Amino acid sequence: MSLLEIDNMRVTFTTADGDVNAVNGVSFGIDAGETLAVVGESGSGKSQTAFAAMGLLAKNGRATGEARFDGKDLLKMSLPEINKIRSKEIAMIFQDPMTSLNPYIRISEQMAEVLMLHKGMSKSDAIADSVKMLDAVKIPDARNRIRSFPHEFSGGMRQRIMIAMSLLCQPRLLIADEPTTALDVTVQAQIMQLLGEIRDEFGTAIILITHDLGVVAGFCDRTLVLYGGQIMEDGPTQTVFDNPSHPYTRGLLKAVPRLDRADAELLTIAGEPPDMSRLPQGCPFSPRCAQVQNTCASLRPELQGFGADRRRACLLPVEEVA
Amino acid sequence: MTAYIIRRLAVAIPTLLILVILSFILMYAAPGGPFNSDRPLPPQVLANLEAKYGLDQPFWKRITTYVWSVTTQFDFGPSFKFKDRSVNDIISQGFPVTLTYGFWSFIVAVVVGVSLGAAAAIRQNTWLDYLAVGISVGAQVLPNFVLGPILIIVFTLWLGVLPGGGWNGGQWQYLVMPVIALSTSYMASIARITRSSMLEVLNTNFIRTARAKGLSPTRVIWKHALKPTMLPVISYLGPAFVGMITGSVVVDLIFSTGGIGQFFVNSAFSRDYSVIMGITILVGSLTILFNLVVDILYAWIDPKIRY
Amino acid sequence: MFPNKATVESLEDAAHMAEVQGRSLWGDARERFFRNRAAVVSLIVLICIAAFGFLGELVAQWERDFVDFSLMGANATQGVPSFETGHYFGTDASGRDLFARVVQGTRISLMVGIVGAMVAVIVGTLYGATAGYFGGRIDGIMMRTVDVLMSIPFMFVLILMLVIFGRSLFMLFLGIGLISWLDMARIARGQTLSIKNKEFVEVAFATGVHPLKIILRHIVPNLLGIVIVYATLLVPSMIIFESFISFLGLGVQEPNTSLGALISEGNKNVGNGTPWQLAFPLAFFVVTIFAFFFVGDGLRDALDPKDR
Repeated sequence: MSLLEIDNMRVTFTTADGDVNAVNGVSFGIDAGETLAVVGESGSGKSQTAFAAMGLLAKNGRATGEARFDGKDLLKMSLPEINKIRSKEIAMIFQDPMTSLNPYIRISEQMAEVLMLHKGMSKSDAIADSVKMLDAVKIPDARNRIRSFPHEFSGGMRQRIMIAMSLLCQPRLLIADEPTTALDVTVQAQIMQLLGEIRDEFGTAIILITHDLGVVAGFCDRTLVLYGGQIMEDGPTQTVFDNPSHPYTRGLLKAVPRLDRADAELLTIAGEPPDMSRLPQGCPFSPRCAQVQNTCASLRPELQGFGADRRRACLLPVEEVA
Repeated sequence: MTAYIIRRLAVAIPTLLILVILSFILMYAAPGGPFNSDRPLPPQVLANLEAKYGLDQPFWKRITTYVWSVTTQFDFGPSFKFKDRSVNDIISQGFPVTLTYGFWSFIVAVVVGVSLGAAAAIRQNTWLDYLAVGISVGAQVLPNFVLGPILIIVFTLWLGVLPGGGWNGGQWQYLVMPVIALSTSYMASIARITRSSMLEVLNTNFIRTARAKGLSPTRVIWKHALKPTMLPVISYLGPAFVGMITGSVVVDLIFSTGGIGQFFVNSAFSRDYSVIMGITILVGSLTILFNLVVDILYAWIDPKIRY
Repeated sequence: MFPNKATVESLEDAAHMAEVQGRSLWGDARERFFRNRAAVVSLIVLICIAAFGFLGELVAQWERDFVDFSLMGANATQGVPSFETGHYFGTDASGRDLFARVVQGTRISLMVGIVGAMVAVIVGTLYGATAGYFGGRIDGIMMRTVDVLMSIPFMFVLILMLVIFGRSLFMLFLGIGLISWLDMARIARGQTLSIKNKEFVEVAFATGVHPLKIILRHIVPNLLGIVIVYATLLVPSMIIFESFISFLGLGVQEPNTSLGALISEGNKNVGNGTPWQLAFPLAFFVVTIFAFFFVGDGLRDALDPKDR
């Protein structure tokens, strides 16, 4: 049994301009200790899938389907029930470390309250544990700096603090929502290295949500490609990268700058990300697909298994994807 | 923090001085002296009067004497109209009254306003929210000088449950209507500010982080959302204070409560300059002091403010 | 020869762009405004009130300063609002036609509101834009001054001025306008700070355009949206302000009148069995203020949709 099993999840936002379908029937699972990359452009529904599973959708959002953690559906849980799982079993790291920490409360308070809540620790014990965790994520002089406010740290440091905070209860699953997007390139590498060490040390399963394929390559066991709130392709990272089975994945891979090859041409995918309130009837990627067929616009491709542990949703035969 | 307070004081004190000097110059520039009346006084009497009040002195002498006695002895001099009373007598008679109902109005405005606004934000788009928004919109068009008469019509003339005016040592029956009249529009503004501020805060990333930690909604709101929600409310307290002090003039007039506002208006009609100036300076100093307190409160809540 | 693929694509892109930009910022705002029902109704109400204030005298049956001595002392019975006597709103305590008085009061209140708001907006925008544009030390001193002025209860100073220099409409306009520019200055400064880093301002600066011209030509026009919203919301505050002063008896002087003065009079006589003397001016006052607030809110939503 998977650790977390998402089954036919749909997320809809009610807005003044009508309903927006952010996630349209996404199903996947992640095993204990596994590292899964969820890749897609902004607006592909990758973050909303995670938020929905955690019950953190914005007020105007609704989620249907199932998100089973240890076999129990998170979407059907009451708030007190899911609060026992949040941070204790499933923790989250957010995209923007500058705004994700409360600027009005000391780091010590923000970290200690997690341990006091989930582990029933006293405040001094909780702070002592928090200092250890800050040491683990390499915050220099953690013992003193834990009394500081978030604005006294740099962006990279704040993301380290977020990571330390999320690991306090040693959760079994860590959802990292674009953890490096807002950071400098050098800091990005440090944060990814840190996440790798944590996975190896604690055996935490990680869902890495990103639009940056470069980050995924050496880090994740599996890669899931989302577009327009639907899964385009899913498979072991190495095979997906070596041999993409979907024109969209192929386009994404071509759009990654290659520094190791001087002759490599940097390509972009033409067109704009889809308008989620007016998706095409057929394949959501069809308006931008370089290999679009006559049927693509009207016929929605099913997500089908093929090869070794892979899935794809495309009308074009695998061999013809180029 | 101490350095910050000292620096704020360094601005507040000159402001006060400017206020004192400005009001003195205004009075000095006034056409006609305070003893000009329909029935001209004999020149000798006028000269004696002017000598008595020091009005025969040159400008610079008068202004330094005035500023000196105001700032060092809190002495605003004699009233020009009530021959046997000083401005200080008048203030000490009216000010406690103003202070009493002003204090309660302020408490009501802040406590009710913040609770109503926060409740509306937390229960957004429920009947409670609509009620709060309705009240705050309605109260916006009912300034104190409109609300006061309405209250008297309803509670005194119609229902006959509350006295229509007077003070009577500040018994609660005499306090109710002045407090409602004075606090309602500020309560409404505070509710509106709290509501929109809290809605904004509840949408921030750090509140999402707090929820992702598994904290209960109560803790999320009290521990994580309340401080940032209060910041715009605190900024509004300064203007609200000015508004209430100003509004007290109307309250005194409508309910005959006998606060400084009543003396202020009477003096305005009788051209009793020294009383007007005294009250203006008193009110100005209170406002400046209050703003100082608000600034310090703000700096204490927001760690990003550099002291 | 067929156009190559790139040309076609660029043409398509251009067409796409044209379609997106087809609606201007103002067109968009207009559409959003007219979708807001409360704002549109309020706008119509405002137009009606303005028409009442400026044209109402054509309908009135009596001159506003005609004193009907036969009604003196018999107001409660004889001065009742009625179509037969031609006193649509009844008479006031001195036996004057209340309809004509309310017409005049509405007109003066509207004028005070609009002129006061204009003074405040013009002074405030120029001051704020100047402070924001120059920045640094000048900005520091200018905004510090605003802070200092804000902490003075100006209503008292204004009353002091009215007492010393005599009560007149001019003094009232000046006083009210001068008090209210402070907020506008702060708003305008904040906006200017973000505008001044835009390319078109930098280009103007780099080509040596005079700072004053940059402020008037490039910065102020871009502040227009927020200025309009603020001005609309300022008008009702100005009307309240004037009514407050008039309520104290220090504002508009007889034989002129304003809504505030009429409310004050009606309030004094409310115990004499003439409730219409309070009811009519009060109703006009409340409806006018309401309408201005709703129009202002509608404009804000229309011009600044992210602020909803």
